[in-house]
Amino acid sequence: MLAIRSVSAPMRRQCVRAAPRAAATLSFQNRRFYSDKVAKFTGQKDASGNFPVSIIEGDGIGPEISQAVKDIFAAAKAPVSWEPVDVTPMLIDGKTTIPPATIESIERNKVALKGPLATPIGKGHVSLNLTLRRTFNLFANLRPCRSVAGYKTPYDGVDTVLIRENTEGEYSGIEHVVVDGVVQSIKLITREASERVLRFAFQHATEIGRKKVRVVHKATIMKMSDGLFLKVANDVAKDFPHIEFDAELLDNTCLKMVTDPLPYNDKVLVMPNLYGDILSDMCAGLIGGLGLTPSGNIGDQCSIFEAVHGSAPDIAGQGKANPTALLLSSMMMLRHMGLTEYANRIEKAAFDTLAEGKALTGDLGGKASTTDYAQAIISRL
Amino acid sequence: MLSRNSARAAQRLVRAAAHQQPHAAARSYATIQSDMFKPTKFGSKYTVSLIPGDGIGTEVAESVKTIFKADNVPIDWEQIDVSGVDSGTPGSAEAAFRESVASLKRNKLGLKGILHTPISRSGHQSFNVAMRQELDIYASICLIKNIPGYDTRHKNIDLCIIRENTEGEYSGLEHQSVPGVVESLKIITRAKSERIAKFAFSFALANGRKKVTCIHKANIMKLADGLFRNTCASVAKEYPTLEYNDMIVDNASMQCVSKPQQFDVMVMPNLYGGILSNIGAALVGGPGIVPGCNMGRDVAVFEPGCRHVGLDIKGKDQANPTALLLSGSMLLRHLGLDDHANRISKAVYDVIAEGKSRTRDMGGEATTHEFTRAILNKMETL
Repeated sequence: MLAIRSVSAPMRRQCVRAAPRAAATLSFQNRRFYSDKVAKFTGQKDASGNFPVSIIEGDGIGPEISQAVKDIFAAAKAPVSWEPVDVTPMLIDGKTTIPPATIESIERNKVALKGPLATPIGKGHVSLNLTLRRTFNLFANLRPCRSVAGYKTPYDGVDTVLIRENTEGEYSGIEHVVVDGVVQSIKLITREASERVLRFAFQHATEIGRKKVRVVHKATIMKMSDGLFLKVANDVAKDFPHIEFDAELLDNTCLKMVTDPLPYNDKVLVMPNLYGDILSDMCAGLIGGLGLTPSGNIGDQCSIFEAVHGSAPDIAGQGKANPTALLLSSMMMLRHMGLTEYANRIEKAAFDTLAEGKALTGDLGGKASTTDYAQAIISRL
Repeated sequence: MLSRNSARAAQRLVRAAAHQQPHAAARSYATIQSDMFKPTKFGSKYTVSLIPGDGIGTEVAESVKTIFKADNVPIDWEQIDVSGVDSGTPGSAEAAFRESVASLKRNKLGLKGILHTPISRSGHQSFNVAMRQELDIYASICLIKNIPGYDTRHKNIDLCIIRENTEGEYSGLEHQSVPGVVESLKIITRAKSERIAKFAFSFALANGRKKVTCIHKANIMKLADGLFRNTCASVAKEYPTLEYNDMIVDNASMQCVSKPQQFDVMVMPNLYGGILSNIGAALVGGPGIVPGCNMGRDVAVFEPGCRHVGLDIKGKDQANPTALLLSGSMLLRHLGLDDHANRISKAVYDVIAEGKSRTRDMGGEATTHEFTRAILNKMETL
């Protein structure tokens, strides 16, 4: 099969896809799209022994929280050199895109860290997040949520990991008006994209030492689309015999997670786009909001780790911003790059600082500035 | 629980509201003017279809029947035992299902448990969904409220989820373009969006609620959810006394688990309703205590608001009949039998508040039968 490794080249994929599909539908059913590890980090160290990382500081509070992360990394002596890039959207041939130099930098470094971006409204731009996701074919969204000891919510001890398919499903963007007042929106599920994200989920579970992977679906109603996702999951599970695999109906997941999230602490949840979007934000709600949750967008070429909260223009430049989400995202990035020791050290310092509760930023009910908070973490390193 | 004002008051207001707006043409489908219920009544008794459903259905339906009988409620049950679980006899499930639909069409009123839906592709389509589509019971109401005396993580929740029941993601239109590529259609129409939006606003008005929130994902599904959102917004203009806002579904589910007190009436397409009613039920104590109903132009079917079959605790005498009991008392209010409804729901609330007899899902030890007995005893003292 020509197309076996074609996933990393979306343009090429479009062409090769059609041909073998028509000719070889029988073998298609059982074919594997991946023979190798999904989303492997292939970045190289530069001359000074550091991994170069593209950093998109973002808008609003972005520069402040990025600086805090940089300071903490410098103090921890993490072997990372920052390469600031600009993502001011440009319209080229009527399409929203980011500057070529940025694309080139991220493609070279294979990894990027991104602060919050304000999407310009009403200028005909597609959201920048979506643009980045499409440009680099970031197919999986990884959203761990862990309770922060210093911040009390009705839920304690939450430690969930959600993986969301990021490229198709309900967000395929295929919609049309059939007649006035009747709209069809198409949810697209393909075996290829499903297998890719499911394989990543199993692989990630192995990496973080979780023994169970659970697929969340609604195959009772959407028998074919979610049914396909579920079937692919069953197939992929056979390649990972050491991981326990099961499936749960979306309704049950919502109900059980909100009733008691603790049974989900030993599982990795994987699901199609829309469910993942809703549930990952819901999990963020369990632990206190988007200001405390990291996120990673994983692709085969490169991966972008980001803070998913807003750019908070109202407090920009006042030194009040909370860099936790970006810092935790950068920990995910370090782990992705294989720099686990640094990640563990910084993460422990950050969680200890939060648990102690002396240097908390305003959003967590403290009085500390962004730099105070960063210094408190640095002093613990 | 359809508020003290009762469903009749709601209808009166709805009719009044509909009369005020002599809209032309395309409105015919979307008015709820003729949504008047004329349930079957023989002598002084109403005939109501009872579909216990799968899982815990039989047990909780038994509890409802016992309690209604003890209170001399003037209802004759017409029980149809439909099951979504494969019985081995081909066609038997479908036959029972058709019988239940015919019965509901005849009686215009039903009390229903939840039917199981198999995952396998060869299995039948969801009977629950098919029934809603067949009878066009388009509005699902799910009442999420803290039960006094039963503490959960969140306090002071009182919200109502109104969900479009007949289109959206549950259209059932799916096809495989080529092997490995499946398309599933989500259908949103202006007529049905307008119908549900009007229902939501009329409901809010009739039940003395202040705010309606439209839940959508119009930032991504710009056309489909955009149509739903715009329709809600234009209906909102006809109800200037009600506060209106809209929220994206992922944010709404986050807010639901962190600050659920901010919500009042929420109106949304089909799938989001499924998600949020489950989140909501979890906030106040699970599917065993959340009542609900499905309203259409001709037929009203009352069923637990958070639809869980409960196959895992089937036959163990552990099920909590509260949801079906409260749904049943909504049905009584719908018929104008407020005295019966008040007595039954008060007994249920009092028993839960006392905390001596609670089923397992509420942290107690009582069996379904013991809980039912406690309610019966309580009713004698009222």
